[in-house]
Amino acid sequence: MTGWRAGIAAALLAVTLWQMVIWTTGVARFILPPPALVAQTIWDSRALLAEHAAITMAEVLIGLALGAALGFVSAIALVASPMARALVRPMLVFSQAIPVFALAPILTLWLGFGLWSKIAMALIIIYFPVTSSFFDALMRTNRDWLGMARVMGASPARIMWHIRVPAALPGFASGLRLAAVYAPIGAIIGEWVGASKGLGYLMLLANGRAKTDLMFAALIVLAVLTVLLHTGVNKLCEKTLDRPEVV
Amino acid sequence: MTKALRLTGSAMIQSTPIFSELDLTLEPGTWTCLLGASGVGKSTVLRLFAGLAEEVSFKGQMTDTGGVALMAQQDLLLPWLSVIDNVSVGARLRGETPDKARAEETLAQVGLADHATKHPTALSGGQRQRVALARTLMEDRPVVLLDEPFSALDALTRAQMQDLTAELLKDRTVLLVTHDPGEAARLGQTILIMTRSELIKVAAPDGPIPRPIDARDVLHTQASLLNQLRRPR
Repeated sequence: MTGWRAGIAAALLAVTLWQMVIWTTGVARFILPPPALVAQTIWDSRALLAEHAAITMAEVLIGLALGAALGFVSAIALVASPMARALVRPMLVFSQAIPVFALAPILTLWLGFGLWSKIAMALIIIYFPVTSSFFDALMRTNRDWLGMARVMGASPARIMWHIRVPAALPGFASGLRLAAVYAPIGAIIGEWVGASKGLGYLMLLANGRAKTDLMFAALIVLAVLTVLLHTGVNKLCEKTLDRPEVV
Repeated sequence: MTKALRLTGSAMIQSTPIFSELDLTLEPGTWTCLLGASGVGKSTVLRLFAGLAEEVSFKGQMTDTGGVALMAQQDLLLPWLSVIDNVSVGARLRGETPDKARAEETLAQVGLADHATKHPTALSGGQRQRVALARTLMEDRPVVLLDEPFSALDALTRAQMQDLTAELLKDRTVLLVTHDPGEAARLGQTILIMTRSELIKVAAPDGPIPRPIDARDVLHTQASLLNQLRRPR
């Protein structure tokens, strides 16, 4: 529970600093709204925020599920086939050199203004960390386990399924933890480029109408949801995928 | 099972010679102990028999083992499987249906019947190595390769494991690679010292294995093996 308490203490500290900045600089409320006003706005606009948050979370969760599944399958394929490794890995690394922001307009053009362009964005942004951390874990399998399995007469496919994959699940879990933080970024980028729903859209709208308090409210809701998502994924990984180190 | 296993030839790893013109025979149905200094190629011999030596370029001839079981210094238990599933992991890896009754029987033979559903992390080092022994027995191969399987255990556990292993692997063709002259004196029906240039056969004590630790000729063999190993070459 110390992590929990530390989190609350950190949030209080941040709010205090925020309020101090306002007191010391006397900055206008349409530039930086005070915490109390933002809290008031979150409460007053709760229905609006909830509606848009639900859309964003749907994009994030679907993107997360698809990205995780695709990353899982790709990492196994890359480990199983040296040919795929030689051809696809450079492409994967190159794809990371393209800023995802630059892809967002193209995805909106291809997939439209609805959910799917944002899901695709979230998927693209998490695909690499998931694939890469699972792939690395699959390649690090204890060589003595592999030797034992071969002496026992196991085929490469069975070695993959019974030894490599279960041994690498903690690596997959660390990819998922990263993905839980990255996926909302992807969805928000997608919403900025073209959307009529979602927290990203709401932020742009509020900003355009100088409703800075609403923008901050949407931002805080997004941050809280991201933290909750990360915590949830973390707990799920601890329950199902992680393993105490062998002593 | 009646066939002797013979390995003759030379082995290199990249351009480093590991051994040359070795001529090693494992008599069927007996225990052969292979001693020698580190880096002399004992493990390479074992890996060649196991079919795990792809980094080794071997020139020579080797009898087809017809399948071996391998037990190493590390227990190599899979931490995500229960003890009983670890015992029958071979069947699972070959896509066969594990014989649960036989796995339970084998686990009882090594004295761990009550631990079947536990995970390996809940066991002591000695218990884990017993599970590894049960897994080796489940494979039921005529040839068993033991790569210093007891060297990580404390003295008491080691003596118990030696007794248990000798009893359960009686009448199989066993190659035991070890650093421990005392172990070789207790368990070897043929005792060989491997050096850079030759394979020296040392007379084994009389009597069935496992021989008692305190028998005069076992102690004598242990001392003479240690002396031979210390001799500079």
